[in-house]
Amino acid sequence: MTTATHAKATPPEPTTPSTRPPAKTPIRRRTARGTATDGVRTTRRTRALIITGLALFTLYSLAPVWWLIVSATKSQRDLYTSNGLWFAEFNLMQNLEDLFTYQDGIFVTWMWNTLFYGFVGTAGMTLISVACGYGLAMYSFRGRGFLMGCIVGSFLVPGALLTIPSFLLYTDLRIVDTATAIIVPSFFNAFSVYLAKVYAEGAIPHELLEAARIDGAGEYRIFFQIGARLMSTGAATIFLLGFVGMWNSFFGPLVFLRSSEKWTVMLGLYSWLKVKTDQSVDLTGMVVVGSIISLIPMVVLMISMQRFWRTGVSLGSLK
Amino acid sequence: MAVSVDQRKLPTSRLPRWHRLVALKGASFTLPFFLGFVVFTVVPLVMALRESFYREQSSGLGFGEETVEFVGLDNFIEGFEDDRFWASMLRVSLFALVCIPAIQILSVLLALLLDSATQRAANLFRLPLLVPYMIPGIVATLIWVYVYSPDVGPLTPMFDTVGIDANFYSGEMIWVSIGNLMAWNAIGFNMLIIYASLRSVPREIYDSAYVDGASEWRVAWSIKIPMVRRTLVLTTMLAIIGTLQIFSDPVLFRSMTPETVTRDFTPIMAIYDWAFAQGEINYASALSIILALVVGTVSALFYRLTNKAPTS
Repeated sequence: MTTATHAKATPPEPTTPSTRPPAKTPIRRRTARGTATDGVRTTRRTRALIITGLALFTLYSLAPVWWLIVSATKSQRDLYTSNGLWFAEFNLMQNLEDLFTYQDGIFVTWMWNTLFYGFVGTAGMTLISVACGYGLAMYSFRGRGFLMGCIVGSFLVPGALLTIPSFLLYTDLRIVDTATAIIVPSFFNAFSVYLAKVYAEGAIPHELLEAARIDGAGEYRIFFQIGARLMSTGAATIFLLGFVGMWNSFFGPLVFLRSSEKWTVMLGLYSWLKVKTDQSVDLTGMVVVGSIISLIPMVVLMISMQRFWRTGVSLGSLK
Repeated sequence: MAVSVDQRKLPTSRLPRWHRLVALKGASFTLPFFLGFVVFTVVPLVMALRESFYREQSSGLGFGEETVEFVGLDNFIEGFEDDRFWASMLRVSLFALVCIPAIQILSVLLALLLDSATQRAANLFRLPLLVPYMIPGIVATLIWVYVYSPDVGPLTPMFDTVGIDANFYSGEMIWVSIGNLMAWNAIGFNMLIIYASLRSVPREIYDSAYVDGASEWRVAWSIKIPMVRRTLVLTTMLAIIGTLQIFSDPVLFRSMTPETVTRDFTPIMAIYDWAFAQGEINYASALSIILALVVGTVSALFYRLTNKAPTS
């Protein structure tokens, strides 16, 4: 009996693909998921459980952010005395003014530094990774396997192993405490090369390169006019993931940057947090407001480029 | 992927005269990366190895000139007998052993929930669930450091009202606190990866199972989870590598509770302390090589174990 009812419920399935919007990302291959059949096969209780579970997880995800937003609007005194999860006297403007004027606006310098390191470092990294991934994916040459081995092998090298000798190396190169120490090493990212290679394999048909060659185009021209363009989605994904990584980086800047006017915003916020134990000056209010401001570029980037980090996710899950 | 490997051989073999030049030009695309790779990865690796075989010796009560001399494996022997370093390693390993499976299970659960929800509900919930992922790690830690704080955080008064006296900074609670914060930050992205691979499974498979009378639970356990096994192996491996090297979270907690989170609380913190607070770069290099060996061994073992297990 049950089999029969299920069989009756499934026929609408094949008709649904035409009504679904086309897949946005090139990698995403999905067959039709019949929304119409869901209601039939899952009982009401299961559905209620699913929604409750999702709602609980959502609450868990959002509550700390809510606390941060609420706290950013409070004065330092209210932060300690009022209920943490609801607003007290609205003091956001004063907090922002304090934040931007503290120590001659050092926070603005930190934000600018982070953006600068992030954009320059990630742009260079994206270009180098896309070229390398393209070369590895589209050509066969002696030593190609060895190079791939180096890339995959370097995933396993802990970053910490490199930090100390890098510090010595940068001291020899005289680039400690300069922007170069943060930007130039970030150009070379093995994981991005790997992503670029996987993406190039899926996005560039060999026949196209072949046709261009027959038309007399040189290899470099083919790359800039065909390869790089076909890889633009992948490049955007690599850029986004790289930028997020740069924005988050902490250990590198902590080791390589000394003077506070060169710090990144994360390092700066950490120094304000630490001030409490070192000099018993309480900057809690500043750290809270500073955290929110430091989030803004990231959230804007993530939401406007949603499509691209989804590509990154599907690239990762394809492995 | 296997198909493209075969295709790659085509262009060059069909055009023997171009073969060498084209291959050379193709290789030149990889040149910038590998030059940088040599300078910023290979050279430091070699330097780390070299440093670890030397030691700075100061003669004459520390007033004389410092000399660097070759000491062979002494730094490593000392490292292997360093109780404080291995205590930090044990601490982090135990933490990883509990925290990583917990995060993975929760991520799978969440991905399954999202996958079995209707399309409309999934779209509605997906973005809020990803909010923690959009928050940079340091800021996430800062938020939780304050949320846990007995002075400004809302959690302590909340637990007070139900009669639990919770101190999230205490020695017993600190790993729970850090674990929770890591889970909060990681679950969204893990869920997204697992969800993406669940979605790439042809729906017909599920439907034929439903037709055969399988329940939602049965389908999840017997079909969906085996389907995402490879993804899980990958994310778990990355989590192992990351967790053994945990640094920024405990360092931020340390600025609130220096008594609980000591300066050699995790292996990387110990290495950082040796290198930059005590100035023992050589010994710190040896310790970081030991850590790299541990990370490498653990991930290799994990990979072997999971790949030997039956696929279905």
